[in-house]
Amino acid sequence: MLADLLFLLFGGTLLLAGLGVITARNPMYCVLFMVLAFVNATALFVLLGAEFLGLLLLMVYVGAIAVMFLFVIMTIDIDFAVLKEGFATYLPIGALLAALLLIELIAAIKGGLFSGVATTPSEISDKPDIIRIGEVLFTDYALPFQLIGLILLVAMVGSIVLTHRRRPEVKRQDVAAQIARKKEDSMTMTSPKAGAGVRKSLFNPKNVEK
Amino acid sequence: MDFLTQYLGLITLDNITYVALTLFYVLLIALPLLGAVAYLTYAERKIIGWMQLRHGPLYTGLWGLGQPIADAVKLMFKETTIPLESNKIIYILAPMMVLVPALISWAVIPFDNTWVLADVNLGVMYLLAVSSLGVYGILMAGWASNSKYPFLGAVRSGAQMVSYEIALGMCVMCVILLAGTMNMSGIVTAQTKLWNFIPLFPIFIAFIISILAETNRAPFDLPEAEAELVAGYNVEYGSMPFAMFFLGEYANMILMSAFTVVLFLGGWLPPFDVALFNAVPGLVWFAAKIALVLFIFLWTRATFPRFRYDQLMRLGWKILLPFTLIWFVGQALVMKLMETM
Repeated sequence: MLADLLFLLFGGTLLLAGLGVITARNPMYCVLFMVLAFVNATALFVLLGAEFLGLLLLMVYVGAIAVMFLFVIMTIDIDFAVLKEGFATYLPIGALLAALLLIELIAAIKGGLFSGVATTPSEISDKPDIIRIGEVLFTDYALPFQLIGLILLVAMVGSIVLTHRRRPEVKRQDVAAQIARKKEDSMTMTSPKAGAGVRKSLFNPKNVEK
Repeated sequence: MDFLTQYLGLITLDNITYVALTLFYVLLIALPLLGAVAYLTYAERKIIGWMQLRHGPLYTGLWGLGQPIADAVKLMFKETTIPLESNKIIYILAPMMVLVPALISWAVIPFDNTWVLADVNLGVMYLLAVSSLGVYGILMAGWASNSKYPFLGAVRSGAQMVSYEIALGMCVMCVILLAGTMNMSGIVTAQTKLWNFIPLFPIFIAFIISILAETNRAPFDLPEAEAELVAGYNVEYGSMPFAMFFLGEYANMILMSAFTVVLFLGGWLPPFDVALFNAVPGLVWFAAKIALVLFIFLWTRATFPRFRYDQLMRLGWKILLPFTLIWFVGQALVMKLMETM
């Protein structure tokens, strides 16, 4: 019963936050609403008994991905007024797509697609979800899991290769060379005579003391 | 009406005592923590003072012990100013976003055997997930202030925290692999024979470096490099909002020290299984170990000069991350081999 109440609280906030993401005028608010939506989704996962998935969502999406979004929005000057100009022209297509999705969803539910499916992890077994995920991830789904990892790696390397460019004008730091530098390489000890001046004595090898 | 009575049925004596007791425990953790934060600032000024042949605070109370209280009172009575061009809502929310994660993370820290507010199985993950929220407060503050220095400080800080979170996570993974559990109390009891910092010494060092960077402390305190950024993301803040940033930063330091103690230094366990040591309560050992790690924080601040930004990023991405990753794989291999032998 308390779970129902909490579900209404988190689910309701999630929906409102989702609405905020697409309606807020300020892009900064959009990202923060998205973070709020993620946090509420985490709470819903925890309510269902899938703590690991929930915390993973928080760590990956809130801790890393949304931070990157925030960075992009903070550093790039996006004019959202220009982006939103075409709203009215694209509205019919968007509305059509949304209606189609809704009809499909209703048809799927009416057709009994979800009727036999367990709705909470605890209906399947009482082991913690982290153990169950580990059990199937590294046995039945080992190959797909590895493939996904490989695809992500390729995507990462690809994006770096595409955006990276050598800039010869940039002075690079060579840490090894900096550390390998010794006192003798860059410093000469001299004992200049009074009135002779340092510069002169430096250039005269006779005056250099070892 | 049915609906309402159903929920009114939730208000029973059992539920009320449960909520009241939990609130009491929360206060029991939060209030001493805030006191500890106040006296951590005092300890910092004293210790760094002694290391630099100065006295530190002297005049407020006996040995200057009243100094943190005087500072707190001063901050409270200052006027809260909000810059005209700032984004008011986010500007006020930002310091709370720093302080709250630093406080709620304490829910999973075990102070002694069974002395833990929420003994959840995924305590380590909870702590990592919640502490990753702290970066939002800093980014929000930098953006909402609508000023150059806070913005630069926030961007630096955000990049730094995200980078070092990965190395930190890898270090934690090594400990989880060794302990075989993500429960904080479980990790401590797994160290009964041998504290983790002995078999995982290089990881322990990497972890200490990562938490220094994660809490934006010297030598990685680039976000508030006084000489270049004035004070970084909190330049425009004063009075209590500033105090909340300050509290958040120091509460985070204590939190990360407690995390280190749980992961590597055996939590509430005494160093040797001797009757004399066992007689000392676990809470005292825990607090003493936290003080030791906090001393390392202050010690590094008095010893090392600040890193340059490229050096910081190189250390995080090119040294700590590959090293911890390779160590993790190697450790898994060794543990598997020892298991089969």
